[in-house]
Amino acid sequence: MAHSLDPQGAAVTASEIAPEGPLRTADGQPLARALARSQARARRQAFLLVLPLLLFVLITFVVPIGQMLQRSVKNDGFSANMPQISAWFAENPPGTEPDAAAWQALALDLQAAAEARSIGVVGTRINYDMPGTRSLFTSAGRQVRRGIEPPYREKLLEMDEDWADPQLWSVMRQASTPYTANFYLAAMDMTRDEAGNIVRVEEQQRVYLMLFMRTLWLSLLITFTTFVLGFPVAHLLATLPMRKSNLLMILVLLPFWTSLLVRTTAWMVLLQQQGVINDVFVWLGIINDSQRLQMIYNQTGTIIAMTHILLPFMILPLYSVMRTINPSYVRAARSLGATSWTAFRRIYFPQTLPGLGAGALLVFILAVGYYITPALVGGSSGQLISNLIAMHMTRTLNWSMAAALAAMLLGGVLILYWLYDRLVGIDNLKLG
Amino acid sequence: MTSQSGNDAFVVFDHVQKSYDGQVLVVKDLNLSIGKGEFLTMLGPSGSGKTTCLMMLAGFETATHGEILLDGQNINDVPPHRRGIGMVFQNYALFPHMTVGENLSFPLEVRGMSKSERQERIARALDMVQMGQFASRRPAQLSGGQQQRIALARALVFDPKLVLMDEPLGALDKQLREHMQFEIKALHDRLGITVVYVTHDQGEALTMSDRIAVFNDGRIQQLAAPPVLYEQPENSFVAGFIGENNALRGVIEKLDGDKALVRLGNGELIDATAVNIRESGQATTVSIRPERVEFKPELMPADAHTVEAQVRDVIYMGDILRARLHVAGQEDFVMKYRNTLGQVKLSPNETIRIGWHPEDARALDPV
Repeated sequence: MAHSLDPQGAAVTASEIAPEGPLRTADGQPLARALARSQARARRQAFLLVLPLLLFVLITFVVPIGQMLQRSVKNDGFSANMPQISAWFAENPPGTEPDAAAWQALALDLQAAAEARSIGVVGTRINYDMPGTRSLFTSAGRQVRRGIEPPYREKLLEMDEDWADPQLWSVMRQASTPYTANFYLAAMDMTRDEAGNIVRVEEQQRVYLMLFMRTLWLSLLITFTTFVLGFPVAHLLATLPMRKSNLLMILVLLPFWTSLLVRTTAWMVLLQQQGVINDVFVWLGIINDSQRLQMIYNQTGTIIAMTHILLPFMILPLYSVMRTINPSYVRAARSLGATSWTAFRRIYFPQTLPGLGAGALLVFILAVGYYITPALVGGSSGQLISNLIAMHMTRTLNWSMAAALAAMLLGGVLILYWLYDRLVGIDNLKLG
Repeated sequence: MTSQSGNDAFVVFDHVQKSYDGQVLVVKDLNLSIGKGEFLTMLGPSGSGKTTCLMMLAGFETATHGEILLDGQNINDVPPHRRGIGMVFQNYALFPHMTVGENLSFPLEVRGMSKSERQERIARALDMVQMGQFASRRPAQLSGGQQQRIALARALVFDPKLVLMDEPLGALDKQLREHMQFEIKALHDRLGITVVYVTHDQGEALTMSDRIAVFNDGRIQQLAAPPVLYEQPENSFVAGFIGENNALRGVIEKLDGDKALVRLGNGELIDATAVNIRESGQATTVSIRPERVEFKPELMPADAHTVEAQVRDVIYMGDILRARLHVAGQEDFVMKYRNTLGQVKLSPNETIRIGWHPEDARALDPV
């Protein structure tokens, strides 16, 4: 998939330009040097040509994505705003009971954070790892803003005895360094107990792994349905006479040119309980009015709408490969004694594999990260992991969590891509 | 049309017609029988219907009307894979995702042969085309001539009684083509199989075939052995299509049996053999092969009529000399004569008299 718009592709071009040393230091013949110089110039020109794109990609893609991914392991909401208690955690090994110095550091940090109005950020950071603790910090902040006197421990416990909770201290210790793997743990439905051991979260809180599995499963299913539906269409496109196939091609591409939102809402009109398809079924007497099918706002809706939307991505690579397959191969197979099914299975189908691989990879990768369609027609059972990422970005504002989920999604896709390369070979890919 | 004695006819086209669009007949009333072990070539320009005939025989096209018989059986409704006909395609159609060995194994596998028998037959077929050590190569790693041999081996590996070849040498260069012609012919003689060969190259047809069917406009124009076809064409199309030919337009002056006297455009008279001429006064085209034209009186029959000709130019071709003449108001009359020691030197604008044996001048239908 290394086409020219690919950031990796651009990076490769850039790195190829650097090693021109050996050419210049050849045996010193003027011809060789002149050759090297002229090539260097051509390379410089090529580099200058790709430079705008390279910069564009760097500024608008690599840097923001990099920063976003960094958030998945770095959150200094606590460590930056609570320096004294963070320093105490650094000096004392895990398991140390909080002593007077610790309580003093905590109280003074709380006061400073309250005065700097950053106590909310601190509370939010702790709240990620220990839900329900944000108010502990904000209310304490309100009370200590005007000053706090020793004995600090008693004063804080007077405000709320949760301050003595060992788990709270354990969480604060983890948050005292800006870098943490906790978001990745949470993305895998894991957490740390008081002693810092990694354990699974309670059963009713496990959501991410299930969503990852659902995303994987639905993407595979959608890839398969686009293959089943797209293969005959692509074959027809490739074998029909030019005029008819052009018309059919327009029919394939027309939805492609229509806004995604329009297509998705069209499916809503068709599939909803008072929609066209249910009306037709009731009218035909297949179901009666009280049994209208629930075909949207659930997984069925997501599968139907996404299959339709991603279908061209399967058809087009298949078509471009099928068009190059000479019909005489199948004829030859038939004349050699193969039935039409054998000729298809052993001669035609293997030759479409490069297109099928490209189409399947395209559809799968697009489906894994799909957001709008599941958000609109997926209901609750048709939501994918991207919808959860969006939720963390826009509603809970837990960007670190969103980044961790996105990084895992990216990692998963890369692993599948690698597997695909090992099993099928990327060289066998034909995108058009 | 001539047909070999009906009993041992192996392939028979019986009043076969073919139309693709319901308006134009691509093949018009084809009657042809091919004997067992015969090498028959369908020769004709593109669009003459020869490939359509081959495809109908292979089973990829259906006859609109008429019957096709193979070994006495009507095969109109037999699907291609049950006809047991080997076929060599124009572009070879070697399966690109299989090795040479797998390509050859394919027809044997679909016939359910055991592995050991397959191995043996593949080895034999590859040896037959001298490609024994190439079994593990991919088609893309072979040259055009090697691919051609493999395609031939694959069409023969399952011992078909009939092999069809659709312009199999079209993609090869001249030297290789001539070599492969020789090899295909030798294989045919050795294996005793029946071959139907389609080509538009008349040289190829002449060197390889037992009989040639010349196609034009959906019909067989003439079906004959190569020497007959070349020396005794039955109409102007065949005369013009096979080999180099001089066509003189004229009118029949006198007809006596098959001896005809033809008056050319400028009033001169020549002798000719009447072929498809019925009466005097009819327009005709007289066909004469360039190498049968003589310009030395001692080589012409004593009573032959001669024609005045003006030399336009002489081309030196090594073994022969080729003179372009102006004859009876017509340009581009060609005469070929041997480049022997002391041959007469003709120079441009020289006027000579040319003549020929009446058997070599054939009065055919007017063009």
